[in-house]
Amino acid sequence: MTEERSAVVVRDDRKSYGELKAVDGVSFTVAEGEFFGILGPNGAGKTTTLEIIEGLREPDSGEVRLFGESPWPRNVKLLPRIGVQLQATSFFDKLTAKEQLQTFGSLYGVSRATAADMLELVGLADKANEQENKLSGGQRQRLSIACALVHDPDIVFLDEPTAALDPQARRNLWDVLRAIQERGKTIVYTTHYLDEAEILCDRVAIMDNGKILALDPPAVLVRGLDAPTHVTLQKGVLSVVDASSLDGVDEAHENEVSLTISTRRPAPVLSALADRGALDGLQVRTATLEDVFLNLTGREYRA
Amino acid sequence: MTAFKTLSVAMLKGFIRDKVTLFFTFLFPLMFLIIFGLILRDVGADKTRIAVVGDGPIVSALRDSGALELESYNDVDAAVQKVKDGDLPAALIIRGQQLDVRFAQSDQVKSATVLGIVNGFVDKANLAATGQPPKFTFAAEKVEDASLKPIQFLTPGILSWGVAVSAVFGSALTLVSWRRKQVLRRIRLAPVSAASVLSSRILVSTGVALVQGAIFIGIASLPVFGLRLSGSWWLAIPLLLLGTIAFFALGMLVGAFAKTEEAASAAANIVVLPMAFLSGTFFPVDQAPAWLQTVSKIFPLRHMNDGMLDVLVRGKGIEALAMPAAILVGFSLVVGFLASRVFKWEE
Repeated sequence: MTEERSAVVVRDDRKSYGELKAVDGVSFTVAEGEFFGILGPNGAGKTTTLEIIEGLREPDSGEVRLFGESPWPRNVKLLPRIGVQLQATSFFDKLTAKEQLQTFGSLYGVSRATAADMLELVGLADKANEQENKLSGGQRQRLSIACALVHDPDIVFLDEPTAALDPQARRNLWDVLRAIQERGKTIVYTTHYLDEAEILCDRVAIMDNGKILALDPPAVLVRGLDAPTHVTLQKGVLSVVDASSLDGVDEAHENEVSLTISTRRPAPVLSALADRGALDGLQVRTATLEDVFLNLTGREYRA
Repeated sequence: MTAFKTLSVAMLKGFIRDKVTLFFTFLFPLMFLIIFGLILRDVGADKTRIAVVGDGPIVSALRDSGALELESYNDVDAAVQKVKDGDLPAALIIRGQQLDVRFAQSDQVKSATVLGIVNGFVDKANLAATGQPPKFTFAAEKVEDASLKPIQFLTPGILSWGVAVSAVFGSALTLVSWRRKQVLRRIRLAPVSAASVLSSRILVSTGVALVQGAIFIGIASLPVFGLRLSGSWWLAIPLLLLGTIAFFALGMLVGAFAKTEEAASAAANIVVLPMAFLSGTFFPVDQAPAWLQTVSKIFPLRHMNDGMLDVLVRGKGIEALAMPAAILVGFSLVVGFLASRVFKWEE
């Protein structure tokens, strides 16, 4: 990944608001076509980092390059290549879904027909003539993303697109995001849902207190953690003593409903369980990004 | 150019679909126009009514002149009672050559009018009875004076006020709501100039002002209100446009400071309401005390009102526009400059 092919290059950026160091020496690059996630709890500095890359804020120090150019001050040459999804409410008053897209499209010289086509991509074709305030939260979120994509940008910035959505709407949105990536777009997005980042992102940067704590593909981050895999069985299938004696088991304990086995070598443990026919209620939970976060910060992840 | 057009259409649609805004733009000022227009319709047109007992040449002359409205009674006591009750200002009692007037002391203006008129007719009859030619002659002719029928000053005043209100609120609320909802941020991230966004919003506001003008003048011209436009009424159009821009700039200034729509609305009211009352929207300002007239000159609405009055009903020509136009343009430049200095893209 050379820098010439990078969509985004951030080098040691800092931004303070008074005493608060919102972004405190952040560096990373995003390759073209990559799905890049920035995750962390509220107040970690995710939004400020995005705003610096988008050219909405000037960093106190450090360098930003977007397709090789500086986004600050307002770089009119870059603007058509950037799509930014904002809050789910940033629409014109009283316009229908289709009219919102056409109006935002017109700011980029996009034809009315092309703009209306975006409704298909986000699955809102049947809501074309609904006014924006009549849409559900998930639909509005998708419309907002359609508005960010209406001018066919090369890179899309999404700031917590799935916040405050119900599980079904979140899953619908994931499909939309994958469809966008398949079109060859670079996606930079922030979220505080770690599970979601794990599923969607090629690479994630974990942020806390304005700093990046780790940056890698989610699987690499989780593997590097050397955290045990938890195998859960229905209670009574196997005794705690028997479980503890199995090859590869670190520890086993039981509560009212289930038996949980911790292991760093799940393969022999699972085959031993299979040999004994003790697979009732089997669940296997490997380490997740939440464990990574816990390990990095020493505290429980709280969105 | 297409961004300018689409934005204008978008804002126009947003305006038309917002019932509350439509109400405050059209119906609310119209309510004032209609209520004041009806209440004040007959002011000045009223003739004084008096009671009359008996008949004779003087009563006939009075009746023919139409100077007073006469209400005939057969009974002196009944007529006097009407005066005592305060229903009529005076009673005229004729007994042959003798004319008595009983008048109510409380209403001195009306009583004096009645006494003067009756006296005049008696003197004239006396002179005629002597057969002498009159030594002095006297003729009266109507002059179109500067004091106007209520609808004539109400219409320009309420029109200016309505235009000012919708321009101030339109720009202040749009600015605040766009900032809060991050529409401004979206615009800033698009390769479009702030000028085309601003000018499309102003275009919608001026269009609205022209529609307001057409509707208000149309309704005031109905026979029931009786507005009579002067020949140079079309000179009101440039004044409407300049006024819209001036008050739009004022709204931008208000919107730059307000954080929420509620605050913007309250601030706009604080600016617009006192200005409306002191600028002659609801009553002619030349009847106000001198110091108040001086104070009112600092308001652009006062000058817009004056200009509207001059061209809509007083029939003055283009020269009457010079002063109000210069003041509105100056106000727009100064306030617009201030607004651009304090303008904020983000909260």
